[in-house]
Amino acid sequence: MSEPMSLLQKKLEAGHFVVCSELGPPIGANVDFIKKKARKLVGYVDGVNVTDNQTAIVRMSSIVAAHFAREEGLEMIIQATTRDRNRIGLQSDILGASSLGLNNVLCLTGDHQSFGMDPGSKNVFDLDSVQLIRAVHNMVHKGVLLNGKEMKVPPKMFIGAAANPFGDPFEMQMMKVEKKIEAGAQFIQTQAIYNLDKFEYWMEEVRKRGIHEKAYIMAGILPAKSVKALRMMKTDVAGMDVPDSLIERMEKCEDPEEEGVKVAIEIIERVRKIEGIRGIHLMPVGWEKITPEIIERAGLYPRPEVE
Amino acid sequence: MIVGQQKKAEEIIKMLGEDWDSLLIAGCGTCVTVSLAGGEREVEALANLLKIYYGKKGKKVTISTDTVTRQCDFEFIDDIGEKIEDHDVILSLACGVGVQHLVERHPQKVVFPGLNTSFYGATTGVGEWAERCVGCGECILDRFGGVCPVARCSKSLLNGPCGGAQDGKCEVDDDIDCGWELIYNRLKDLNLLESLLVFEDPKDWQHYRDGGPRKLINKEYYNE
Repeated sequence: MSEPMSLLQKKLEAGHFVVCSELGPPIGANVDFIKKKARKLVGYVDGVNVTDNQTAIVRMSSIVAAHFAREEGLEMIIQATTRDRNRIGLQSDILGASSLGLNNVLCLTGDHQSFGMDPGSKNVFDLDSVQLIRAVHNMVHKGVLLNGKEMKVPPKMFIGAAANPFGDPFEMQMMKVEKKIEAGAQFIQTQAIYNLDKFEYWMEEVRKRGIHEKAYIMAGILPAKSVKALRMMKTDVAGMDVPDSLIERMEKCEDPEEEGVKVAIEIIERVRKIEGIRGIHLMPVGWEKITPEIIERAGLYPRPEVE
Repeated sequence: MIVGQQKKAEEIIKMLGEDWDSLLIAGCGTCVTVSLAGGEREVEALANLLKIYYGKKGKKVTISTDTVTRQCDFEFIDDIGEKIEDHDVILSLACGVGVQHLVERHPQKVVFPGLNTSFYGATTGVGEWAERCVGCGECILDRFGGVCPVARCSKSLLNGPCGGAQDGKCEVDDDIDCGWELIYNRLKDLNLLESLLVFEDPKDWQHYRDGGPRKLINKEYYNE
């Protein structure tokens, strides 16, 4: 096996159960905003994803925001969607990110622009996520660009992909995961999990196909602080599965924030026991300050060190 | 066929302005006749409406009508060549191709578009049309069970669905069928599901609009 590309890859290869979280860049050019958020995560996580204009809303670029967060001492995972940049822009950004010391990338298709505030914008989708994964793989491991041009100094990237265990039809979604791994994905971060029975069934299928032996799978955890947030996810977020029983539980509880933390910890405890799960990916959208508390209470603090 | 939709009367009236005395509304007898947007019937209806409008306003105008077989061929445009020259302005109810072809044949005339050219589509119900092809210039339907991922997936994905579809509907709109679910169902019926695992290379978009305006020459027939 080739040399690890990043600290995150080293930790996974050393057999550690990893903890990743997420940071949403600001709508604006506020560097302090990122640095402040980043400092609160230092020591609690093994990697931090920086979203790429999530839900198709203009924000500071994923790479630039990741660069500033990295300066505070975090291991970063940039996200790259194929919605906004063609093959020229995407590959150029991979080179730039690697040169900044950002050596993890999550390759995504991206939400359609109709979700955001610029539904009238032209979409790109020159590549799809599988093609992007293959392109980055060839850049990193073969030293060539999509056009065949060889590079003297190739980028270093640990390559990730997303998977939605709750997407339809099940079999086709599973085939897409296989395709992503075949194309070069080394880690998988899943859609947020609330329906554990369905997730366990998905993992069963993952193991049957040997996917868990070819890529590190991190379970997506989205702590919700209110019943309103859960309902919104159920109805407005593409590809989410939120069971009614959970909505009821949040409705009945006295302290929704505390209940939200408890739910997240319960999910973490359950997914940790599943064979093939190698870490978690916390996505506390709009509630990033809760990350350290959840990690501590889930018994995942302190984080391991690797050489 | 090319599917079109007539512009709203207010927009047409604003576009036409006041600087004319005679107007020819030119229909097209092929695609946009089928999509009930720019054929003889629509031409006559629009002419009546405009006559009432300008009549009420007290503007003295001549409004004539004619519909040719196809506005995308000079041969048919020439059937009404004199009539075009006799009028101050022309309102074409053809697709954008027809409008530009009129302009090319009658460079001194002002030609206005009366339609929005919507897409290449099929008739999917009474008064309903749906997009089926984007004219990418390099057909790949053989590999997708005869359902086009470029035209029918909102993101034109070639290697499988995104994670956003639910109950067979696209994340963009519940009225849009997930193109990839259509492909999946079709390949399943054909017992060809395994082909979904084949890696599809990035598409060469040069054959599409991205290579600049396209032109086609069939050497067998072409006269220089």
